[in-house]
Amino acid sequence: MSRRVRVNPIACEAHGICAELLPERVTLDEWGYPIVDERTLHGEELEHARRAARACPTLALLLERERSRTAAS
Amino acid sequence: MSSSAPTAELHAAAPDDTVAGLPRLLAGVHGERALTLSEHVSVHGELPTVAGGGRSRSRARSRRLIEEVEASGLRGCGGGGFPAGTKLRSVAAARGRPVVVVNAVEAEPPSSKDRTLLELAPHLVLDGAVLAAEALGADEAVVAIGEHAGGSAASAYAAIEERSHGGEHGRVALTLASVAGGYVAGQESALISGLEGREALPTFTPPLPFERGLRRRPTLVNNAETLAHLALIARHGAGWFRRLGTEAHPGSTLLTLSGPVAYPGVYEIEAGASLTSLIDAAGGTTAGVRGVLTGGYAGSWAPAAAIDELMLSREQLAGAGASFGAGIVVLLSAETCPVAETSRLARWLAGESARQCGPCVHGLDAISGAVEAVAAGAREQPSAQRLRTLSSLAAGRGACAHPDGAVRVIASALRAFAPEFEDHSRGGPCERCRAASELPLPHRAGRRATGRP
Amino acid sequence: MSAALSAIAAPLTGVSAPLAAAGPSVLWYLTRATGAVSLLLLTGSLVLGVADVRRLSTARWPRFMIDSLHRSVSLLAVVFLGVHILTSVLDSFVSISLVNAVVPFTGSYRPLWLGLGAVAFDLMLAVVFTSLLRGRIGYAGWRAVHWLAYASWPLALVHGLGTGSDVHSGWLLVLSVICGLAVVAAVLSRVLSGWPAGAMGRRVGLAATAAFAIFLLAWLPVGPLGSEWARRSGTPSSLLGHTTNSSKGETR
Repeated sequence: MSRRVRVNPIACEAHGICAELLPERVTLDEWGYPIVDERTLHGEELEHARRAARACPTLALLLERERSRTAAS
Repeated sequence: MSSSAPTAELHAAAPDDTVAGLPRLLAGVHGERALTLSEHVSVHGELPTVAGGGRSRSRARSRRLIEEVEASGLRGCGGGGFPAGTKLRSVAAARGRPVVVVNAVEAEPPSSKDRTLLELAPHLVLDGAVLAAEALGADEAVVAIGEHAGGSAASAYAAIEERSHGGEHGRVALTLASVAGGYVAGQESALISGLEGREALPTFTPPLPFERGLRRRPTLVNNAETLAHLALIARHGAGWFRRLGTEAHPGSTLLTLSGPVAYPGVYEIEAGASLTSLIDAAGGTTAGVRGVLTGGYAGSWAPAAAIDELMLSREQLAGAGASFGAGIVVLLSAETCPVAETSRLARWLAGESARQCGPCVHGLDAISGAVEAVAAGAREQPSAQRLRTLSSLAAGRGACAHPDGAVRVIASALRAFAPEFEDHSRGGPCERCRAASELPLPHRAGRRATGRP
Repeated sequence: MSAALSAIAAPLTGVSAPLAAAGPSVLWYLTRATGAVSLLLLTGSLVLGVADVRRLSTARWPRFMIDSLHRSVSLLAVVFLGVHILTSVLDSFVSISLVNAVVPFTGSYRPLWLGLGAVAFDLMLAVVFTSLLRGRIGYAGWRAVHWLAYASWPLALVHGLGTGSDVHSGWLLVLSVICGLAVVAAVLSRVLSGWPAGAMGRRVGLAATAAFAIFLLAWLPVGPLGSEWARRSGTPSSLLGHTTNSSKGETR
């Protein structure tokens, strides 16, 4: 099952812990908010991503199953 | 132009009176009052049957309506332009009892087509809502209006009352709801939040409204005009609908035209008609024109020189680097300064942020500051690279498309009015900077100036 | 009940002789020691929590580490608290049941002061459970309960000073003062950094801290450090010694 990392921008309060724990996929912009590489996670990245998602103080970092974007607006 | 909602003047005439088949939505309307139910029926005919009589759901018939809508190529008229048939199908396929929401919030200040439609032809909108509800097996439709509804609120209410006396027109329960909020209140998830009694601010998706929306039910959110078209497609068919318009943008469409023309207001045109023909139908320009904004505050600016080439359909405007949006066309007169207007627009859009997402709040604020600095010819001005960086940081990282639209419209202004921006960057404000704002940018009382983040 | 527990506890504690009032028991030492450590860890948790929410970090102490430390220290505090409670229950010298540890103000031994500890424990349990189930509850619900953590610290401190028999030996007082200063510094640090957003909230926070400090200064001399505290605090008379040495009052 392929997964990717995604940020809930409403919940995010720019703590920056995700960027510390998953620097391969998350960098911070000049205001401290995460810029996320949403490509599929592989191997060890998945473990780090899980840890980062658990560590987010506001539960804003999400580990999602990749779903094809179908009928939506 | 005042900052309150513009009085909608209605013009049912097509740009070219000999175009067969127009008006459609505005057929038979009176300029000052709504069509009554019986007048509506005499103009458009009876309400077609979609489901079986009463509460039984005839799957075959409802499927047929959805297929008809798909075949018609009808797209959402609220700005998103999403295929209406596909949306219907998604809601139909979702689990749970669906509900229909008519989006007549029309929170974009330069637009008045939806409240005009509700004010003068409410039964067409309500027909569409009822038909869509029946096709989905829903028994409820909510008509959502916004703070600037004006006369359309009473009109919609009266029309709902007329239909509530049972019979064919009372098949689906219709309610009217008012949603308070700003520019983002018309966004789908924000609208649903507002209808549920919370602040009308966008929510994080998934789940999208078609899966789980109002009261956790699959929700069809359609613009009022979209449903009005649907009501006619159900009567006359997809083929009829496609007799007007272009391949990618079939049918007729409503537009709100404002600016230095003799008769600004709401027009129904054939999609793909030229902007020039619309201006002619509006009695021509009354002053020099500096540029045109198409698609509203999330749309695009074009310089005056481009006006002759612009055709009013989604794909043609997109091809020209412009935007159709919710059918909004604002002409900017030569008496105002496009740089100042852009600066004010940028700041207003930043202020209309829901303030829920950091990149939007910080990004739009920084971009506004940058545009203001250029407009004032300040000593410290952002480079083009800096503006590009800010734009890429703000867009696509929020819970809704507000920052994306703001970035797009500001970037287009910088391109369309490049010479003027260059002048201001070097020489500071011009004498027209102080002219009254031509873009309606209403301020809302009680709007919090700061807040999270 | 106590005797049965003692019988089970004997091999655990390695004390072969039946636990009686024959002399200071290992359990009693453990209770006091783990209690003190719990207070220390709770203080550490609070200070780290403030550092966490204030987003303090250095190159050597990144954000995730402060956050992780906060969570670990909190859990450790609960573990030591668990041992503290268990040993006090198992210790047959004083009759404290497991129920007393969770349901406040029941029990016969210094019910008020012990009960404060039970309240603190309950609050900490609520915080820990909601934290472990954060994914299910969601951020908003978790946050609301987490505020209770602030209340558990003063309760734990007063419990320790009121219930403990070590107030006079000085080390508990010294420890309490150190912990108290750390907490005051942490709270001040948070309030002065502009939280809560409302000025009234900040005033309330400062006032509450000051009020608590004043309460301690006023209460200690006439309470635990005063005469016959053991009796006044509700020690059952059967445990009170017959000596006229007023301060201690209890014999072991």
